[in-house]
Amino acid sequence: MPRGGDPRFGADADDTDCPILHVDMDAFFASVEVRRRPELRGRPVVVGGVGPRGVVSSASYEARAYGVRSAMPTMRARALCPGAVFLPPDFAQYSAASRAVMQIFRDVTPLVEPLSLDEAFLDVAGARRLLGRPARIARMIRQRIFEEQRLTCSVGVGPSKFVAKLGSSRAKPDGLLVVPADRVLEFLHPLPVGALWGVGERAAEKLHRLGLSTVGDVAAAPIGMLRGALGEAAAAHLHELSRGRDPRRVNPEQAEKSIGAEVTFDDDVVDPVALRRAMLSLAQKVGARLRAAGHAGRTVSIKVRLADFRTVNRSRTVDGATDVAREIFETSWALFTALQPGARAPGGATEPIRLVGVRVEGLAPAGTLPRQLALGAPEHGWREAEAAADAAAARFGRSVVRPASLLGGDDLRRTENRPRPGVDPLSDPRTPS
Amino acid sequence: MKFRVERDALADAVAWTAKSLPSRPSVPVLAGVMLRVADGSLHVSGFDYEVSSQVTVEVQGDADGAALVSGRLLAEITKALPAKPVDIAAVGAHLELVCGSARFTLPTMPVEDYPSLPEMPASAGRIDAAAFATAVQQVAIAAGRDETLPMMTGVRIELNGSTLAMLATDRYRLAMREMEWHPDNPDVSLNALVPARTLADTAKTMGPLGGVVTMALAQGGTGEGMIGFAGGTRRTTSRLLDGANYPPVRSLFPATHNSQAQVSVSALVEVVRRVALVAERTTPVLLSFSADGLVVEAGGTEEARASEAMEATFTGEPLTVGFNPQYLIDGLQNLNAPHAVLSFVDAFKPAVITPADADGEIIPGYRYLIMPIRVTR
Repeated sequence: MPRGGDPRFGADADDTDCPILHVDMDAFFASVEVRRRPELRGRPVVVGGVGPRGVVSSASYEARAYGVRSAMPTMRARALCPGAVFLPPDFAQYSAASRAVMQIFRDVTPLVEPLSLDEAFLDVAGARRLLGRPARIARMIRQRIFEEQRLTCSVGVGPSKFVAKLGSSRAKPDGLLVVPADRVLEFLHPLPVGALWGVGERAAEKLHRLGLSTVGDVAAAPIGMLRGALGEAAAAHLHELSRGRDPRRVNPEQAEKSIGAEVTFDDDVVDPVALRRAMLSLAQKVGARLRAAGHAGRTVSIKVRLADFRTVNRSRTVDGATDVAREIFETSWALFTALQPGARAPGGATEPIRLVGVRVEGLAPAGTLPRQLALGAPEHGWREAEAAADAAAARFGRSVVRPASLLGGDDLRRTENRPRPGVDPLSDPRTPS
Repeated sequence: MKFRVERDALADAVAWTAKSLPSRPSVPVLAGVMLRVADGSLHVSGFDYEVSSQVTVEVQGDADGAALVSGRLLAEITKALPAKPVDIAAVGAHLELVCGSARFTLPTMPVEDYPSLPEMPASAGRIDAAAFATAVQQVAIAAGRDETLPMMTGVRIELNGSTLAMLATDRYRLAMREMEWHPDNPDVSLNALVPARTLADTAKTMGPLGGVVTMALAQGGTGEGMIGFAGGTRRTTSRLLDGANYPPVRSLFPATHNSQAQVSVSALVEVVRRVALVAERTTPVLLSFSADGLVVEAGGTEEARASEAMEATFTGEPLTVGFNPQYLIDGLQNLNAPHAVLSFVDAFKPAVITPADADGEIIPGYRYLIMPIRVTR
């Protein structure tokens, strides 16, 4: 497998016709935490849900050495690496760091396509005369991020998005890898099929059954064989990728399609009052995020996962687009009680519920949206009240204004959602504060 | 049970009763229509625990008795029969139906498992069937369809002496009709919230029969929570919705207005329909009124756009107001008048649409309130 040390694909390989950069921050959340608390440097740090059902969001390379991976249950991470420092995520910090990093990208080229808080594609073809060749730009970006943000990242440089992304993953951590345009197949073909974009565990298994274990095998296989196993569309897609062809452009207009939030309870919940509070809290979060992004959406959807992991989604398209938490909540709750009639009766009970989520889809800019007014609704309604709460929150923090029913505890996952000031992060996190 | 009946009378009776049957009944017998013959009359009835309906048809009865058969199947068969007398007889566990040379054998369900139909509540008064049908249609259009807001899916009926008022709203528009009727007790004062769909279906079927409709509404005692309508040979009962907390919607009508427009109903409906072709589901049509008349527009700067000018008489400061085109058309089409008078407070307050005669005089009795769409330009 080609690694960063391979001279064919090193930092100094030929970058002609390689205008695409994929920049991926190294252990982003964990690195931001370490930057904030230098005393953690060199120690295994795990960021994620610290409750009994929490999941790892990010692990420092020291923690990864113990086998800790993101998306792993925190319980398991604790068993693997009992000496690690476990921290609840602080998204405000990560968002701020992400914005700063994205700004560095945009200084290089307007063609920046963020994939998440910690990774983005850049098309630097147009920056060549001003800033130099792609590999040189990649070095400059890595240097600026390190100097200005004291964070490290890995960059893949290649002729297409797919190849650039594979490049960055092979360069990790803190590395740079160039896949020359005329060596793409040499780079791709030894990789396992799972490296192909769109191939998950299931598809990989199907391909293995056909005797195809590397990308080269897929490229050499007749397309009819792939079609039989994976279907028309997936077969054509993989065949193209395996030959190094990926026509996707870097699209800076990656508008968000939906905004949502969900919560996994520490213990399964059957109490309608607690569930109502949890959904109200989620609706508040979603509403605030919609308003911060200047979006409103027409479709409200909920997700309910029962104790036995059966998961149900329900959605309703409302009359006018909304960014109002109260309206999001009312629609969500109506959907929820239709699904769990036990929640309607006072003193009733639902089936044991493990997770609930609230999401708003069909987003459009809120400012220009026509709003159907309702009869008898006060002129200054929930929308204005929540805008006022946003303003207060911007000055004093989110916790100063919230619905009365949410006072005294955000939800049933207290330990994860509220990093409490004054708690020493070095104290044993297994004892809940 | 054995009888002979006219094809059309039978087909009509079965079609009407079968229409209100549940498509997925909680118990199988509820998918059936009951045929019961006694003293030369056939009673065809259906029931789904919410709504019951019954039609009486004159028949030539040879043997009294009852049979319960699938309503949907019987409705389809009777609709397709030739125009000849129909002979029906219960034979063992089957129903034999013969019409001309066509012969059908249908399975029956046990009559004794069928729930007894609710008693008709005591009569509250009478009203002309055709006028009632028109009035219900005018109001039911504004009722909500969202089952999560059950109160909004009903038409509120208010009986006060010789005045019958009906109101419905889905929170975005409100329709109200007031009319004279003939109460059994001149001091009557009763309220009821009737499911709008049931009321509309009932009125629509009783209107063309002509004559009068008897409205039956109990105040406590037997039939509490029920409403009944009887017209011609048909009667229906429906469970009421809980309207105890129905909001005082009459107060939503603005007491005064700052401007008023008078337009031809058919012209405005036509223009709005045309212009709204470019409006997306949630975007409004914009009505700009001035002394010069009315301009109707729709569409955004990026999308398709349309505009059309038309004649209108307008008094007041020029005004631009946005409406959901369908809500506007719904109101205009139910005015049943050549002209409409639109009264405004401002672009963000409810507008009132009232019918007017050819001279522009407001015809009292019906008002349609419509809430604007706020547009940022």
